[in-house]
Order: sequence, then C-alpha cells, then structure tokens
Amino acid sequence: MAIEESLERKEALVESVKYKVSIENVDGWYGTKRAIKDINLKVREKTVTAFIGPSGCGKTTLIRCLNRMHEMTPGARVDGRIIVDGINIYDKSIDAVIIRRRIGMVFQKPNPFPTMSIFENVAAGLRLNGINNKTIIREIVEESLKNAALWDEVKNELHIPGMSLSGGQQQRLCIARALAMQPEVLLMDEPTSSLDPIGASKIEELVRTLKDSVTIIIVTHNMQQAARVSDFTAFMYLGDMIEYGATNQIFMKPEKELTERYVSGKFV
Amino acid sequence: MVRNKRHDKLFTGLVFGTAAYTLLMVGLVAFSVTKGSLDIFTEEGIQFITGSDWNAVEGRESFGAYPYIIGTLLSSAIALAIGVPISLAIAVFISEIAPPRIGTPLSFITELLAAVPSIIYGLWALFVFRFWVRDLIEKPLYDAFHGYLPFFAKTPFGLDIFTAGIVLAIMIIPIISSICREVMRVVPDSQREAAYSLGATRWETVRMAVFPYVKSGLVGASMLGLGRAIGETILVTMIIGNVVGPSAIPTSFFSQGQTLSSLVANEFNEASSELHLSALIALGAILFILTMGINIVARLLVKKKMKVSSGAKAQ
Ligand SMILES: Nc1ncnc2c1ncn2[C@@H]1O[C@H](COP(=O)(O)OP(=O)(O)OP(=O)(O)O)[C@@H](O)[C@H]1O
Ligand SMILES: [Mg+2]
Repeated sequence: MAIEESLERKEALVESVKYKVSIENVDGWYGTKRAIKDINLKVREKTVTAFIGPSGCGKTTLIRCLNRMHEMTPGARVDGRIIVDGINIYDKSIDAVIIRRRIGMVFQKPNPFPTMSIFENVAAGLRLNGINNKTIIREIVEESLKNAALWDEVKNELHIPGMSLSGGQQQRLCIARALAMQPEVLLMDEPTSSLDPIGASKIEELVRTLKDSVTIIIVTHNMQQAARVSDFTAFMYLGDMIEYGATNQIFMKPEKELTERYVSGKFV
Repeated sequence: MVRNKRHDKLFTGLVFGTAAYTLLMVGLVAFSVTKGSLDIFTEEGIQFITGSDWNAVEGRESFGAYPYIIGTLLSSAIALAIGVPISLAIAVFISEIAPPRIGTPLSFITELLAAVPSIIYGLWALFVFRFWVRDLIEKPLYDAFHGYLPFFAKTPFGLDIFTAGIVLAIMIIPIISSICREVMRVVPDSQREAAYSLGATRWETVRMAVFPYVKSGLVGASMLGLGRAIGETILVTMIIGNVVGPSAIPTSFFSQGQTLSSLVANEFNEASSELHLSALIALGAILFILTMGINIVARLLVKKKMKVSSGAKAQ
C-alpha cells in the first residue's frame, strides 16, 4: 500500500518534470468577452508546439496568457492556472515582470527599438536586468546573434540602427533580443507572417535548431509551416481547444471532423 | 473627368494661396518691424542690445534692451525648468499609466486648462497665488540659502521674476502636456510590448520604448511652450514688478524685472517721441529674432540626433 502510494507520487513527479508548461482550465477575457474557453494543454520541454486555427479563434490570446502579457490589455483578465517549471505563473505572489524576463516573446511584426543600434537592441534586456559588465554583455550579444543566425550578416556593423536591416533580419534581431535573456520558453506569434518566403524559411530553420535548447510555442496561420516545424499541434476554433496531439497525427489522421476539415483546407 | 480636373486645380490654387498668405504675413511683420526699429538702431547701434539705460526724456533719450532680454530669458527658463518635467509626468500618467476611465477625463481637463486665457492666470496670480509663492516657496528658499547662493539673495516680495516664471510654468503646463500626450499616442503598442516582453516595468517601458521613439516631438512640444512663455505679455506685466533701466537687470531670482513684451505693453501707449516708439518696436524685433533663433536651434538639435541614425542607415 505504502509502496504503491509512493510510486504514484513518483509518477506524478516524473509527469510534472516532463512538461515545461501546463495550461490548466484557462479562460481569457476581454471585458465580458470570453475569448478562450477552458483551455487545457501540456507542453513538453524542448519541443516545438504550434497553435493553429482560423482567424479570431484565440491563438494570440492564449499565447499572450503564457507570459502574462494578456493582462496588459485594458480590461483583460485570465482565469485558471499556467504552470511553468512547477510554478503557477498566475500565483498571487508572482511578479509578472519576472515571468516576462524568463519567457521570451517574438511578435508578428518585427519590433526592434528604432533608436537603438543592433548591439543595443540585443543588449536591451540585459541592461534591464542590471547587467552592466561590458565583457559579459558583449559575449551574450554575440552568442545571441549567433543563435539567431544573424551574426555573420551583422558582425561588422553592430553599431548601425536595428531598423536599417531587412524585415527578415529584423525579426531575427528580435529573436536574438529575446534569446539574450536566456529564456527557457520562447513564444512566437506568427513570426513569419510579415516576411517574404526566404526570410520566413530562415526563421523556420532557426526554430528547428533552437528547440535543442528552448521550448518553443509558435502561432501560425500557415499549415505547411506548422507541419514543417512543430512536434505537436493544437487546433483551436472559436476560443475552444478542439484537438491537440503530435503534429503527424493532427495532419494525417485527426480525431475530430472539425480538425480534419481545417487541415485539409475545406474550411471557410 | 473634366470637372474633377477643374476641382483639382481650384483646390491646388486655394492651397497655394493660403501658403502664400503665411509667407506674406511673415514678410510684412519682418518689414514693418525692421522699418520701425531702424531709427533706434542708427541712433544707438549695438548699444541698444548691450546697454541698460532707459530714458525717454526729450533731449536725454537713451535706450538699451539688455535688462529685458535677460528678464525674458530668465523668466522663460524658470518656466521651462519647472514646466517641462511636470508636463512630461502628466502626459506619461495619462497616456501610459492611468486606466482610460481616469485618463480620458484628465486629458479633457488639461485641454480645457490649455484654453484658459492668460489674463485669468494673471488675475489669479496677482490676487492669490503670489502670496503663496512668497510665503511657501520664496521665503523658505531665502531663509535657507540667501547667505551663500546669490540667486536666492534679496528679500522676496512675490512680484518678481521667480513668481512670473512659476505662473508662466502653470500657464504652459497644460499646453505642453496635451501635446506630449498626443505625441506619445503615436508610439505603436508593438514598441511597448517589445519592452514589456523583456520584463520591463511600466517606467522602464516609458524610458526605453516611449521617450526615445518620440524624442523630437517632445522637444517640439517644449519649444511650443517656450514660445508661449517668451511672448506672453499680459500675465507677465501683472506680476513681474515692471522695473526699468539698469535696476531691471536681475541679480537674483527674487529681483523685480521686466521682459521685452511686458515693457512694450507698459509703454507703447505713452510713447513720447519717435525714438521712444522706435525703441519699443525694436524690442519687438528682438523678441521676434529670439523666438526664431530658439526654434531654429531646437530644430537643429533634433535634426542632428536624427541624422546620426539615418546617416548610419545609408551605409
Ligand atoms: N483587445 C481586444 N479587445 C476585445 N476583444 C479582443 C481583443 N483582442 C482580441 N479580441 C477578440 O478575442 C478573440 C480572439 O482573438 P485573437 O487575437 O486571440 O485571435 P487569433 O486567433 O490570434 O486571430 P488571428 O489569427 O487573426 O491573429 C477574437 O474574437 C477577437 O475579436
Ligand atoms: Mg493573432
């Protein structure tokens, strides 16, 4: 009896370690509008998880709940629990600012700081963290730009404004800026939707390499992209999580008819 | 088609006409001011700018604008030094911190205040506010510092350059803060979110994403406020003390003084001679040049900053 109990507890522990992010009964509200409803989903460490679904289904809302960005919208509110590394990020004792330092985010449109150089853009988060040691900053900036596959293109012009790069380069700069914080989870909301195909494919490639070190959650409109980059896919519709599973399964033999219709493009 | 073209031409003509009107006005003002002040500049030369006598008695006429240039610059500098930080704080509060339910009425009120005529501020300052300034600000400063800091020497009286500066600040705060708030609205939310996503607090977001993005707009707003303060006449006339001649050169913040525009307002009615009138017009000319000069310097400052980044962009 006692042995069984302890085994059970051990299993529960192993279970909780396996998952980097657990979303439990999450509702996202804009005023009185319930934009996402009772979402449950567990994300494994060092995998890529894609959120797909038609426009307005709540992908952005959900991903913004994961780093407590949702609540910055006036009137917005979150119910439920989101556990990252065993800690409920919505616990009353947790400061949202600290959570955002640990969970990186990349946005739909590249948004480098226009008055800052490439170098300063990447260093911005470090400076916020009070890191002032020049050598350390230099090292982290270089490493982050390398990890974002941008170093070779900009290493000789780190002092020029981030805005003078191409759209795709700017997006990789934003990824480098997020990586400089050494996040364990990286959230990406349609990171390629404003880029040309070449810029987009570079980002996709990057996502595949990054997952060796980071847990990535990516929102995408592009089903081919989800199929190419993700290990797991969640399909959302009208604020509900319809189906969640391995990407292969979702695209090859989905369980729900709605999913089937969406992934095969018979959806308006 | 033809009709559209004709409309287009008409519209273009109208737009050109109005643009020409502004040029014409600037030209006319410049012309009359120059013409009017010619007399005094031939009489006094550079002395008119560096001198400090002001004597309108026939036969012994002597005019120098130096004390009023200093009075104008000093009172406006005090107004800016007090007004700009407060205006920025108000704008930041309304646009970045307060929820809309508080921010919207507040910004409405600031806009309302911006439309209050300056004579109202002047009356209030003359009958009420100057006593507060004297008792609550000037006296403590005087008691604390008059021994070692010359700016706070001189027993405060309440009708002086310092009071004028503070009331000017009160007058320009609504203007500067309304414009700053308007300017900050231009900052796209994506910029704020970039800062938030790096774990910036609200204040860090303002410093990192909002201010740098609209720096030139904020400078512009302050310059507009400065322009108002420099040219403000009636309010200053009511509270600055209106001294004339060498004693109008301020020796401390609490000196009574005079500005270019307040002197014109005080004397143009009883200008006794051609030369006196010309001197007053020349004060106007100096004011005109001062305002333009400050605007140009401010523009250059902003442009220089912009050039650094766009120059690098071209590489
Ligand atoms: N700021 C807001 N205020 C009120 N309602 C909002 C707000 N943002 C989104 N919504 C609503 O919440 C729902 C989900 O929106 P969300 O942006 O999460 O969708 P999405 O799946 O990301 O869509 P898209 O693919 O177009 O980006 C939509 O019905 C939308 O109208
Ligand atoms: Mg979206």
